[in-house]
Amino acid sequence: MTPSRSQTGSKHWIQIGLLTTVLTLIFGGLFSTSALADEAGQDQPYKVVGNVKNEGLPLEGVRIVVSGGGYTEETVTDADGKWLIGVPEKAAYSVSLDQTTLPAGIAVIEEGGAEQSVEIGPSGSVTKNFFIGEGERIVVSITDQLIARIIYGLNFGLMLGLAAVGLSLVFGTTGLSNFAHAEMVTFGAVAAFFLGGILSMPIWIAIPVAVVISGLLGWGLDAGLWRPLRRRGLGLVQLMIVSIGLSLAGRYVFQFFVGGGTNQLPGFDSPKIKLFGATSLSVIDIASMVLSLVVIIGFAWWLMNTQTGKATRAISDNADLAAASGIDVDRVIRTVWIVAAGLAGLSGVLWAYFRPGIKWDMGAQILLLIFAAVTLGGLGTAFGALLGSLVVGVLVEVSSLVIPSDLKYVGALVVLIVILLVRPQGILGRKERIG
Amino acid sequence: MSSSANTPIKPAAKTTGLHKGEIRPGVAKVDPIVTIDGVSRRFGGLLAVDVEHLEIPRGAITALIGPNGAGKTTLFNLLTGFDKPDTGSWSFSGKSLAGIPAFKVAQMGQVRTFQLTKALSLLTVLENMKLGAKDQRGEKLLYSLFPFLWKPKEAEIEAKAMELLKRFKLDAKKDDFAASLSGGQRKLLEMARALMTDPVLVMLDEPMAGVNPALTQSLLEHVLGLKTQGMTVLFVEHDMHMVRHIADWVVVMAEGKVVAEGPPDQVMKNTAVIDAYLGSHQDTDLGTITGRITLPKGKK
Amino acid sequence: MDWLAILNNTAQGILSPATMAFALAALGLAMHFGFAGLLNFGIAGFMAIGAYGYAISILTFGFEWWQGVMVSLVASVVFSLILGIPTLRLRGDYLAIVTIAAAEILRLLFLTTAFDDITGSADGLSGYHNSFRGANPFPEADYGFGPWTYNSVELWVLVIGLITLAICAGVLLLLMKSPWGRVIKGIREDEDAVRALGKNVFAYKMQALIIGGIFGSLGGIVYALPSSINPGVYVTSLTFFVWTALLLGGAATIFGPVLGAVIFWVLQAFLSNVLPQLVSSGVLPFITSIQASTIRFILVGVGLMLLVIYRPQGILGDKKELTFVK
Ligand SMILES: Nc1ncnc2c1ncn2[C@@H]1O[C@H](COP(=O)(O)OP(=O)(O)OP(=O)(O)O)[C@@H](O)[C@H]1O
Ligand SMILES: [Mg+2]
Repeated sequence: MTPSRSQTGSKHWIQIGLLTTVLTLIFGGLFSTSALADEAGQDQPYKVVGNVKNEGLPLEGVRIVVSGGGYTEETVTDADGKWLIGVPEKAAYSVSLDQTTLPAGIAVIEEGGAEQSVEIGPSGSVTKNFFIGEGERIVVSITDQLIARIIYGLNFGLMLGLAAVGLSLVFGTTGLSNFAHAEMVTFGAVAAFFLGGILSMPIWIAIPVAVVISGLLGWGLDAGLWRPLRRRGLGLVQLMIVSIGLSLAGRYVFQFFVGGGTNQLPGFDSPKIKLFGATSLSVIDIASMVLSLVVIIGFAWWLMNTQTGKATRAISDNADLAAASGIDVDRVIRTVWIVAAGLAGLSGVLWAYFRPGIKWDMGAQILLLIFAAVTLGGLGTAFGALLGSLVVGVLVEVSSLVIPSDLKYVGALVVLIVILLVRPQGILGRKERIG
Repeated sequence: MSSSANTPIKPAAKTTGLHKGEIRPGVAKVDPIVTIDGVSRRFGGLLAVDVEHLEIPRGAITALIGPNGAGKTTLFNLLTGFDKPDTGSWSFSGKSLAGIPAFKVAQMGQVRTFQLTKALSLLTVLENMKLGAKDQRGEKLLYSLFPFLWKPKEAEIEAKAMELLKRFKLDAKKDDFAASLSGGQRKLLEMARALMTDPVLVMLDEPMAGVNPALTQSLLEHVLGLKTQGMTVLFVEHDMHMVRHIADWVVVMAEGKVVAEGPPDQVMKNTAVIDAYLGSHQDTDLGTITGRITLPKGKK
Repeated sequence: MDWLAILNNTAQGILSPATMAFALAALGLAMHFGFAGLLNFGIAGFMAIGAYGYAISILTFGFEWWQGVMVSLVASVVFSLILGIPTLRLRGDYLAIVTIAAAEILRLLFLTTAFDDITGSADGLSGYHNSFRGANPFPEADYGFGPWTYNSVELWVLVIGLITLAICAGVLLLLMKSPWGRVIKGIREDEDAVRALGKNVFAYKMQALIIGGIFGSLGGIVYALPSSINPGVYVTSLTFFVWTALLLGGAATIFGPVLGAVIFWVLQAFLSNVLPQLVSSGVLPFITSIQASTIRFILVGVGLMLLVIYRPQGILGDKKELTFVK
């Protein structure tokens, strides 16, 4: 779509102003919907199309949003009630109709309401026509929406937390800011896809096996790469850049094998169950939350009570002292890599269900959120990372109530910067000494 | 083992009459350069510094001593703006330093060195020195682009740096990276670099730690030389012989508090000091237990 | 296999707008990381500011091209300030995370449909060339020889790119040889020590951030001069690619970043030409040509790792003057 350039200057000034406002401060409610054409994203390979009619009469100017897999595009219907939105992948998308743009007295009257999910068919397109008729618009109260968002956010946050505690443990014990952690997340999902999707293992076997393979990857990375590099005495910045190289190489290796598109894990489209208010979760969502909780509690127990867990905390606290008091630092770090990679793998599987879909750069998509979580909590403190993840998860979801959903990660990243301004050592971190 | 044990230590001319009234912790000075009032700093549950009142005399050499963890380095950090106290006020030459950033404190003429030496490893020794110089316009972004504006000053600075390097016996190393210096040489470089700023008050955090005994003698002379050049010196040191030899005034800290102060000879006899340092080993000589230089008992 | 075409395309990589854009951005990173020790992982954000600032001022406000350049530079200074004020007091690794986050924020803002009228959201921007091409002093003709044959527009872009690059490299050289550069390098080594000598470390770091940022945004403009702006370019991978170019040449050098950018693009051009041909001529069996073109990015990643492990000072760097010692 070619944006129209013929509008009056004043509107541009306002929007430029907005752009800068957003840079420093994300503030909801300022956003006016810009006038858009009835077609959006035509240069994308796949299409979602539809026709909005009430008793045969086309409805013009109804706002439609299509989103999924990190992509969001919106448009409004033309005089014939038609709309078309191009999408980048042959995958599942959610289509929502903004009921506030419908004429008074009518509403979407089909099961599931104004937000429906569709999947691109073999033809490369899919049609979604909403059933519209006279009826009370089901207005969701703001508290219900908020509660729903908080619950989705907790789900997202728990999933992030699985990845974040691992990143934080690795940082705590080795000082490495591991950018390749994103690829360990992707690896878990890709492994689950190969086992469940291609080798057709039942998913409840495929997932644990994928997590175990992820743990093995962690072991392999430490044995084959990180430990030798530590032995060589590479500096932390050097190690960090090595991890960036590994991250780049890793994500393109995934692309090499699974291609540039999105693939689904079995059971990704399990139906949503309406719980209360505006909250509806699928069986997978609920299982995902329970699983993350159980694993995180298990992990916390491990960290607090086992010999290795205690040693891990001792090393994070003071590596030299720990080594001097007889802790086998290399062995503990090896364990930390295995645990971190296993947790990252599991979080990748859950992320594949949350998005939904596996993709070569899916880990990289949330890497910054994971870093934000770890930094918020205070680099190197595992429980801080968990707390940070929950904050980030909830923030991302709740902020999408007030800012456009394609900007929802921005809120979390801005908060990251702001928190560092106020408390550079993170929520639970400690200050360093000078001199 | 040590050579300085054989060379008789020359008695240094002490500056006296620094205080007003009876000697006790917090006693007022005739001409204080630094005044500290109610300064405290807490790390979690630990009260690292809690100084009720302290004045540092101008134009003299003051030693700050105390057991490990007494809060000496922390006090240095607070005085130089590298850390902020939780309470209290402190001033330098009558100007309050509250809220003044570290670099401004240094510009005012209060310059410090660090206990853990901070040599700028990938700069040459000479560059390290030049970095200390004041009033080089070329350090301003706009001037820096026009070499003719700063080249003349640069030559001046270089001459001064070479002179100092010669004094500290580092002139042969001027083009080496600071990273290649030994630990003791780095201490010397850091001190020489601090002197490049023409300080009013020099604060040295353990200047002798790690310096070869053969060099201590000349270092001591450097420090004494600073006084003759009109500077005030405040230094932290564990070596009691050095303290006794060059300090005009000694301040003793323990567990964050000033427990005693006074001229060196009196302070060394103070029971509070001996308690703070030795606990139960009261029969041991202070100099032998804390200093690196072991003098034979009878030689004192 | 058409070796002639491969060599031809590879040779073009030596002197292309993309190469010069990378060289400029890498110079900016050299200022940030190589000399001042600032771990800036948001160079893609600076490039995006350059490109978008330039195009938006022309398309939305009807500015002349040189006015667009000024707007971009001002915008990059503002971005440096916004970024620097909260972050320059932070420890190195925090800075890395915050800068990468800031660049992502910027990219998402350029990508969102909320500002579609101005930024073109996912479609990016195009058609902002009239003013720049109108100022072209070269008459319509073919210039150069062999692989380096350009029409007058391409030549104009190249000339402007080269002049910009030369000026930036010159400025950096002057700066780093001056007392200002000495303070900056001192800060890289230990900022507390420099602070104790009475230098306003924060101000110096901010100046370094701003100067490097200006280089980066000039790189973004040069990148946008030939054709159009696509938001998919300014992702974190771009930052990593520029880092690769920087480390390849030598982070604490002035000609290293330029050399690194040239080698990076020559290799990219070579691989992107040779790999698909290897597949189609059956030398690389079992893989598709799409997979073959993925290989070059895998190689960038592996190359970056090997470089940092085995030659962290880069091609032109002095082994002793390692910038990584911590
Ligand atoms: N940044 C910090 N965080 C937590 N505790 C600190 C910090 N800095 C100092 N401390 C604590 O404050 C106390 C005083 O430390 P300080 O470094 O001032 O001692 P010192 O007198 O210089 O000792 P030494 O003679 O060993 O150098 C110590 O117990 C130390 O552990
Ligand atoms: Mg100390």
